[in-house]
Amino acid sequence: MGSETMLEGWGRFPRHACRVVAPRTESDLIAGVLSGGSAIARGYGRAYGDSAISKTQTIEMRHFNRMLSFSARTGELEVESGVLLGDVIAAFLPRGWFPAVTPGTKFVTVGGMVATDVHGKNHHKDGSFGNFVIWLDLVDSQGKIIRCSRRENVELFEWTIGGMGLTGIIIRVCFRLRAVSTGWIRQTLIPVSDLSSSMDVFESSGGSTYSVAWIDCLSSGAKLGRSLVMLGEHAGASSLSTLERKDIFATSRKRRLSIPFNAPTFTLNSFSLRIFNSLYYWHGRRSGGDSLVSWDSYFYPLDSISHWNRIYGRRGFAQFQCVLPLPHSRAGLSELLRAVSNSGQGSFLAVLKRLGDENKSSRFSFAMPGYTLALDFPINSASLALLDRLDSITLAHGGRFYLAKDSRMTAETLRLSDTRSQEFAKLRTRFKIRSCFASAQSTRLGL
Amino acid sequence: MKKGSLLVLGGRSDMGLAVAHHFASLGFSIQLAARKASSGKDKILYAHKSDIELRYNVPVSIFEFDALDVRSCQRFLDNLPTLADITVCAIGLLGEQQRDERSLASSIEVMRSNYEGPALVFTLLANMYEERGHGTLVGISSVAGERGRASNYIYGSAKSGYSNFLSGLRNRLAKKGVHVITVLPGFVASKMTEGLNLPVRLTAQPMDVAIAIERAVWRKRNIVYVKPIWQLIMLIIRNIPEGIFKKLKI
Repeated sequence: MGSETMLEGWGRFPRHACRVVAPRTESDLIAGVLSGGSAIARGYGRAYGDSAISKTQTIEMRHFNRMLSFSARTGELEVESGVLLGDVIAAFLPRGWFPAVTPGTKFVTVGGMVATDVHGKNHHKDGSFGNFVIWLDLVDSQGKIIRCSRRENVELFEWTIGGMGLTGIIIRVCFRLRAVSTGWIRQTLIPVSDLSSSMDVFESSGGSTYSVAWIDCLSSGAKLGRSLVMLGEHAGASSLSTLERKDIFATSRKRRLSIPFNAPTFTLNSFSLRIFNSLYYWHGRRSGGDSLVSWDSYFYPLDSISHWNRIYGRRGFAQFQCVLPLPHSRAGLSELLRAVSNSGQGSFLAVLKRLGDENKSSRFSFAMPGYTLALDFPINSASLALLDRLDSITLAHGGRFYLAKDSRMTAETLRLSDTRSQEFAKLRTRFKIRSCFASAQSTRLGL
Repeated sequence: MKKGSLLVLGGRSDMGLAVAHHFASLGFSIQLAARKASSGKDKILYAHKSDIELRYNVPVSIFEFDALDVRSCQRFLDNLPTLADITVCAIGLLGEQQRDERSLASSIEVMRSNYEGPALVFTLLANMYEERGHGTLVGISSVAGERGRASNYIYGSAKSGYSNFLSGLRNRLAKKGVHVITVLPGFVASKMTEGLNLPVRLTAQPMDVAIAIERAVWRKRNIVYVKPIWQLIMLIIRNIPEGIFKKLKI
């Protein structure tokens, strides 16, 4: 059973021919796990690299997409792991509930959110998604379904949150939503002229629920790191004008654009990037200040452009996302940005975010107190060399890497950046799951 | 928003569930009728129930119904708490032509599942709808019923009978305020066709079928091809002279 299919991540690099199955029942899924051949679960395929790709058995979770129960008293929602975050919002925002933590796209599955322990613009305040997971059900290598939480099977629970699907197949998750009174976000846009002022804004805006900065990563010299810092708060019903009150949860349909084909590789060059980045910055500067925006355009601006990953052309692109510990952030970030600026390999999107405390109920989560920088580059030899350079700068400053974005890091880099990785590999051997659950990424990284 | 109620016969099928989701999203309350629904063992059907209820905030109820158990048909209908505004029959069995050719038992199952069962339950429902004087009956038939082909004529002949049945029923009920729709989906990516290599451009998703049904209900369409290209394809296939047709391999 199962067919050979070419699979790739959202970054469209690398591609592998994989045996793909899409079980419909728990017993089919378990039979697949027991059939041998290392397996990895795959949700909506939005990890950028090869995290959800296994040549021997990629298990698509699209048939496990049912919502099972909800308590309006606690905000706890129990779902099968293939349920899409966007569907959760569509169902529950009109009833006054919103995900407590959301990544920058709503096209992710709940299982994927657990496996990567996603963070959002409120990490400095609320931590990562795993903080809001009450329990999860995992299919282990023996085909047994194991309930894991902070009280039972704690070790497995902690390694599953952020464990990149390498502890078993997550099939059900119970997590908490947050109550909101509207679907609108009051956004404050603060243009700043360099990296240092951008970080100052983050440090002084710790009270804001949401904060993120877009960086013009082609600016250099004194303007290195000039950026737009965007702060946000859930707007209360009383602060809405009559127009927004007609659509209090901002659920009316938006128009969607789509990139219909792969852009030729020359479209994105340093010249077009420079123009885009400058225009974006000056537009932001002029329209700075407070405004009311819908949840969809605030949290998911890129979701309105289907297949935006095609703008990088057929060869695809690589994301780079690291976090630097707070004491090293200032020096490390400017070194990273200088390296990017000097290479002339501008990143179309460069995002900076202050992260808060580590998730105490995760043993392998990405976040730590400090600053995270996300960049993306079209795949070519110059950008791959730059990425290696960025890796070593990150290592030199004690930082680590976000595996949901990674597609090309070496096992050595991971080992140097994160001592927990050896511990994880040992645990996988101890639980006898190392050969049972593996992705192209985990094999590459020696996990 | 037009609210009402929908009964899905074959509530476990991908098309049946897609129809349920789509109408629930419009505010319809849903009745799902399926085989082995009453044995509490079947968690999946109940997962679908909670899923639809949570997503769309509408009530969903589940009923045991086996279209092949003719004697239980009337009892099933009598036990429904309300007669739905719309009933969609998504019952069907593709079978395996080459096996069915050599086995009467499996041929019987294909013929009964695609013709006898769906037609008989509509026979009873039609009377109830006629008496009430309004409502819509939707039968999911198949383009395979438009002309018998070597590769699937057992399934196709049963669907052909069902299409004819729906056509006659429509004729009878047209003056009685009850509308009958024949849906011809073409290829659909569903459990029934899993593992078959279907041409993408000719293949509809279950949700496409659901949307086509909803449109057909409001517009009072009679015969609906989910993908318009199938209307052209079948026009050609129907018009090939038999002398040539019998030699073709299609």
